[in-house]
Amino acid sequence: MKHFMNQLQPKASEPSSVSRRDFVRVSLVLGGGLMITVAGCGPNGEELADGPSGGTSLSPNAFVRIDPQGRVTVISKHLEMGQGAYTGLATIIAEELDADWSSVSVVGAGASDTLYGNSTIGGMQGTGGSSAIANSYDQHRKAGATARAMLIAAAAKQWKVNARELTTEPGVVIHAASERRAPYGTLVSAAAAMPVPATVPLKGPKNFRYIGKSKGTPRVDGVAKGNGTAIFTQDVKLPGMLTALVAHAPLFGATVKSFDATQSKAVQGVIDVVQIPTGVAVLADNFWAAKLGRDALVVEWDTSVANTAGSKEIMASFHALAGTKGMPIRNDGNAEQAIAGAARTVEASYEFPFLAHAAMEPLNCVVDLRKDGATVYNGNQFPTIDQAAVAKVCGLTQEQVTMETVFAGGSFGRRANPKSDYVVEAATIAKAIDGRAPVKLVWTREDDMGAGYFRPAMLHVMKGGLDKSGNAVAWWQRVIGQSMMAGTMFESKDGKDASSYEGASDHVYAIPSVFLDTHYPKVGVPVQWWRSVGHTHTAFAVEAFIDEMAQAAGTDPLAFRRELLAKDPRRLAVLNLAAKESGWGTPLPAGRARGIAVHKSFDTYVAEVAEVSLVGGTPRVHRVTCAVDCGIVVNPDIVRAQMESAIAFGLSAALYGKIDIEGGRVVSNNFDRYRVLRQREMPTVDVHIVPSTEKPTGVGEPGTPPIAPAVANALLALTGKPTRSLPFVG
Amino acid sequence: MATILINGQSREVAADPSTPLLWVIRDIVGLTGTKFGCGIAQCGACTVHLDGVPVRACSTLLSSVGSKAVTTIEGVAASDAQVVQQAWIEQQVPQCGYCQSGQIMSAVALLEQKPSPTDADIDAAMQGNVCRCGTYLRIRAAIHRAAEMKRASA
Repeated sequence: MKHFMNQLQPKASEPSSVSRRDFVRVSLVLGGGLMITVAGCGPNGEELADGPSGGTSLSPNAFVRIDPQGRVTVISKHLEMGQGAYTGLATIIAEELDADWSSVSVVGAGASDTLYGNSTIGGMQGTGGSSAIANSYDQHRKAGATARAMLIAAAAKQWKVNARELTTEPGVVIHAASERRAPYGTLVSAAAAMPVPATVPLKGPKNFRYIGKSKGTPRVDGVAKGNGTAIFTQDVKLPGMLTALVAHAPLFGATVKSFDATQSKAVQGVIDVVQIPTGVAVLADNFWAAKLGRDALVVEWDTSVANTAGSKEIMASFHALAGTKGMPIRNDGNAEQAIAGAARTVEASYEFPFLAHAAMEPLNCVVDLRKDGATVYNGNQFPTIDQAAVAKVCGLTQEQVTMETVFAGGSFGRRANPKSDYVVEAATIAKAIDGRAPVKLVWTREDDMGAGYFRPAMLHVMKGGLDKSGNAVAWWQRVIGQSMMAGTMFESKDGKDASSYEGASDHVYAIPSVFLDTHYPKVGVPVQWWRSVGHTHTAFAVEAFIDEMAQAAGTDPLAFRRELLAKDPRRLAVLNLAAKESGWGTPLPAGRARGIAVHKSFDTYVAEVAEVSLVGGTPRVHRVTCAVDCGIVVNPDIVRAQMESAIAFGLSAALYGKIDIEGGRVVSNNFDRYRVLRQREMPTVDVHIVPSTEKPTGVGEPGTPPIAPAVANALLALTGKPTRSLPFVG
Repeated sequence: MATILINGQSREVAADPSTPLLWVIRDIVGLTGTKFGCGIAQCGACTVHLDGVPVRACSTLLSSVGSKAVTTIEGVAASDAQVVQQAWIEQQVPQCGYCQSGQIMSAVALLEQKPSPTDADIDAAMQGNVCRCGTYLRIRAAIHRAAEMKRASA
């Protein structure tokens, strides 16, 4: 097992704050075998607990460990990519453990479906689908409560009293009758010898100290992310490590025909140049040398089977399919007949471009390949999938590949690639040099945005019918776009891809006739999920079209929705709350209008009202009022933060997001051509959380889908004209 | 071999003068708090100070640094930037955190110039720092809060 030393030891900085933080630590988890964790950080930026060194730790399960100093280490089965998973999972455990929050730190777990599976994705370990809290809530409460019960049992034995006479305060077991107190750290050795109880009582919600409270559990990663000490993949350093940049094909599907590395190898610092299936890799002892080396490469590409279609041609090909029958998904009543007989009809086509995830940290991955195994350092969103892929590339067993999970500088779904694309590329380079040195694959921004795995371009064709009283009687929808699941392990046998229609085929507007079918044209552009998956486009199609129908009916869009959602109380509640808090129906300054949208995704309900004006013909979003029902709330401030974040992310795409492909080449491959939301364009966001005792559901994604249609609907109110093509600007 | 003054210390760095300062800082000096985001001065993740002025290290050549004092997030921590970092924590600003070194460097420079910035001042000073997690509202609140704390301690 290789430890990596802190090589960033700077003479010019404060050594005390960083001196030990990025060691890799090896620790034994009771019953779980060898587990390796990369150092994380506590709420005050302090060193994380070190595990078994210096005495026996209490490790009753794979999620929590308490050392003799009383330091609590939560082992997170989920990647921290900004969404607050580390803090949320630690909050749940700290609650039932009755831990002192200042003693709690979090580390990323290793790869194991057995220990760290996610029940919402079939038991595979993975972070996605806004599921970290949803799949961990019960499990982590039990994990924390188990540790607490063992500490109490140890104290009871020591003090020769009945465990039922003991209580806890954060970090301390108390026997009130004899005024005895024992800090957790003093009990862990004895507690570790106690049997692990099969069942443990859980707290009643009225006794919650942390869950549901806005204060008391600040983000565990907050300090390290404000002083530059948080370690991302980009920051991992290993002795002798080389940086690899890859010359990728200019067109999707092109391959290397030949290359000349003479000039490249002449660059000082370039160590090696190797051909791999995805291009030509230049390895150097630093990034800049690798970059110059790559610039100096001469590569001839075989483009005979490459995609040469541009985004415009691809969208045109979707329109060509709009008149042909697709794969039926939903068919209630007879929509075509109802539309033929309707007093008024509405028709619309909504176009959605390819979108890049454009996380701030361009993709990267470190692979340290040795004879007997490999270690991968990465923001692992699908650790076991990536582990298996690396094992295959390197000719190792899965168990020989150790996955070290570090912070991800955003992901928005991109680091959960079913084909492990960039991870495999890093492993392939390590294999190509026979593991002579650890390899850090770095993609530049242009590599990242040019490599695809975009949110697919989509086309929704809609028809609606209203009776003479303005009631909606028919809904007809055809969804055309590439399947993102096709060719992956998530592909369904019947050829249907729910990511094309989730959030549309299951819409709950009470309309007697509803029809939806789908086409999945083959397009030579790699596509993948993007924050909120299918809902990124289905929510827009449904919610924008509802407003167009309301307009045709001459009805206020809020009233129109209320009528059709009467049987869905949770959806109705967020709709009404957002409307009320936004001042729906009250006067606005001249030139401003409100738009509303409501959507359920990942079992969370969100309604948003956008207040919009036009400045020089360009939409300006001033304020967004958001209402969210995500069941029981663990960290209210993180829920608010995720709504703000999801709104910013969705608004960025709605206003500016578009990957342009011309002649097969991605031309919008950096922030100069792929515009994103910046400080000045950020609206005020007010978040209102619906109190709930329902099981907790996710918040990472569900705030994203409603914002684009809310803005489009405000523009409809403002101008009378629908907005049917995204993005709205440019 | 060039000599740069970084975080108050003189360092000899073996790098071609055309090397961007970002890679000198990250790969030669070995400080990784300054991040690589775009390479073309469009995202601000690599923001550092040159004589107190925020610059994008990815597009600042080593040859142009000369004797100017380079300050990175690691060096700024020792100064009154601590109040900014404190405000960042109070407002729970960071999410993924990757852009936040750059955000804080831009915010510290702003507050040096304008101790009581307006929203418009903040928009102007922070427009070059992209945050894909969309922490902009909290960044704004934290800058106002830091300004308040600085005034209170002045």
